[in-house]
Amino acid sequence: MTGRRATLTMLALSAFTVVTLLVSVRFGAVSLTLGEIAAAVRGHGDPATVAIVRDLRLPRAVLAALVGAALSASGATFQALLRNPLADPYILGVSGGAAVGAVLAVVFGLATATIWAIPLAAFVGALLAIVTVLRIALIVGRTLDTRILLLAGVVVGAFFNACILLVLTFADVESFRSAIFWMMGSLAGATWSRTAILALYLVPAVMLLMTLARALNLFAIGEETAAYLGTHVERTKWLAFGIASLLTAAAVSLSGVIGFVGLVTPHVVRIVWGSDYRFLIPAATLLGAALLALTDALARTVAAPTELPVGVVTAFVGVPFFVWLLRRG
Amino acid sequence: MTTWQCQDMAFRYPEVPTLAIDGVSLDITGGTCTAVIGPNGSGKSTLLRLLLGVYSPAQGSVWFRGRLLHTWSRAALAREVGVVPQGEEIVFPLTVRELVAMGRYPHLGAWRREGPTDRAAIDEAMARCDVADLAERPIATLSGGERQLARVARALAQQPDALALDEPTVALDIQHEMAIFELLRLMGQRGVTVLLVTHNLNLAARYADRLVLLSRGRVASQGSPGEVLRRDLVESVYGWPVEIRTLTTPDGESGVPQVIPLRRDSAERLRSSDDGE
Repeated sequence: MTGRRATLTMLALSAFTVVTLLVSVRFGAVSLTLGEIAAAVRGHGDPATVAIVRDLRLPRAVLAALVGAALSASGATFQALLRNPLADPYILGVSGGAAVGAVLAVVFGLATATIWAIPLAAFVGALLAIVTVLRIALIVGRTLDTRILLLAGVVVGAFFNACILLVLTFADVESFRSAIFWMMGSLAGATWSRTAILALYLVPAVMLLMTLARALNLFAIGEETAAYLGTHVERTKWLAFGIASLLTAAAVSLSGVIGFVGLVTPHVVRIVWGSDYRFLIPAATLLGAALLALTDALARTVAAPTELPVGVVTAFVGVPFFVWLLRRG
Repeated sequence: MTTWQCQDMAFRYPEVPTLAIDGVSLDITGGTCTAVIGPNGSGKSTLLRLLLGVYSPAQGSVWFRGRLLHTWSRAALAREVGVVPQGEEIVFPLTVRELVAMGRYPHLGAWRREGPTDRAAIDEAMARCDVADLAERPIATLSGGERQLARVARALAQQPDALALDEPTVALDIQHEMAIFELLRLMGQRGVTVLLVTHNLNLAARYADRLVLLSRGRVASQGSPGEVLRRDLVESVYGWPVEIRTLTTPDGESGVPQVIPLRRDSAERLRSSDDGE
């Protein structure tokens, strides 16, 4: 893709993301007009509307977008790093570790103590999973072999899943229900502080990933060739693994395990615009943001007042679209 | 000027008792073509990887252009040496142009996209390798020969001073194999140092200035094709009876040794008649 076309496409994707945010803020139990939204953002108009927009819908839409962006950037990175189109943000067991943390926080009643208990516990669990996977991968060799990393991720994920089932076996019904809902993923707990944390995380992470984009392109051919074309392979693998894992950890601890977005968004970009990671990373980040903002709005509204798990909506909307793209491509 | 130099180099793979490379010393002069030959498992690819810095020798040192190889950054080395490694498996769809364009990566900073000079280098490399017509084709749809030419084009797009190729013509037909050897000759005429690993002894003898014959990680012989391709030496290293003939062509190749592997029974008959004389 030429520089000019890439820039125009990025602008279009940014505009699309903004539109999805607006759509997400407009619809809900009370539908709002664009005028009402604009007034409410500035603090004018009906105080109830101001509260709905400023404290509920806007932070939630923005958090959805940031989570979608983080998961898509992470998924795209893992797909290149592991040379595996099936890789998603959770492939190395990060979600399993996060879930163990969250479930323990729920079962031991910490969740009622402070609203930060679950995100913190989940983040600690995710970090534990990352370190465990690395330790196992490095037992075998001194360097980071991505095939062994993949295996280590899968077994660590399986182990953490077993831990969750064990803990849930002894949990009371209410904890059980909360834990299951957390694992299905939800953006209902969105606040501006959570949004800010993820934003602070996401922006430098995506910029760093963009500096690694050429190396990630080369990994699609092979690590040896990447070295011959000027890449410090080991350093790049560590960086890419670290950034993608931390992005997933942050997203999961704030929103639970939301599936599908991180796996499919990079493939959509690949089918439509090609595999060049210099474009794919920012494009998948924006598209993931738009996709999750949109599907979360649907999840809130289609069966209102019941909220559907956002992962369910994402898959229901995303799978037919993806199949259509595959047939066309 | 010397491009590659190594002295008493040794290398061992983890958990393998024997040395893969055992006391190898080489001196590869700039602008020449050197072919590394030898049986399977004799250490040819290992030697190449040591000279390219993806493996580090356990003993001895490697110099590239007079500087210790490990003091070169990967990016700086990639601006000097174009490499065509053995088999690559591409996991995501890529067009020929995208593959060749990767040869420009070492010349771009972290953020810069290809400019006019880069595009000119890419176009020239594709034209030289005769893959310009395939530019927009996905790599997966190419034949083995076309794919290999595209990979050579990627190395040429680096505009390197040296080329290293690991069995570049394996499984190719005559046309594609000769096209690649002719390209190497052309690059040699332009002052590019060429280092290749090959099993095609006869083309190596015709195109290389020097041969390095490896046997079990050691240099069994190195020198001009005539010095290295001697019947007794080739037979003992490869463990197969051969005949050496010399080739003379109308366009100036003369006295080039050509190795003809013999059928087992005819070899026995030949040898016993030799003994009878």
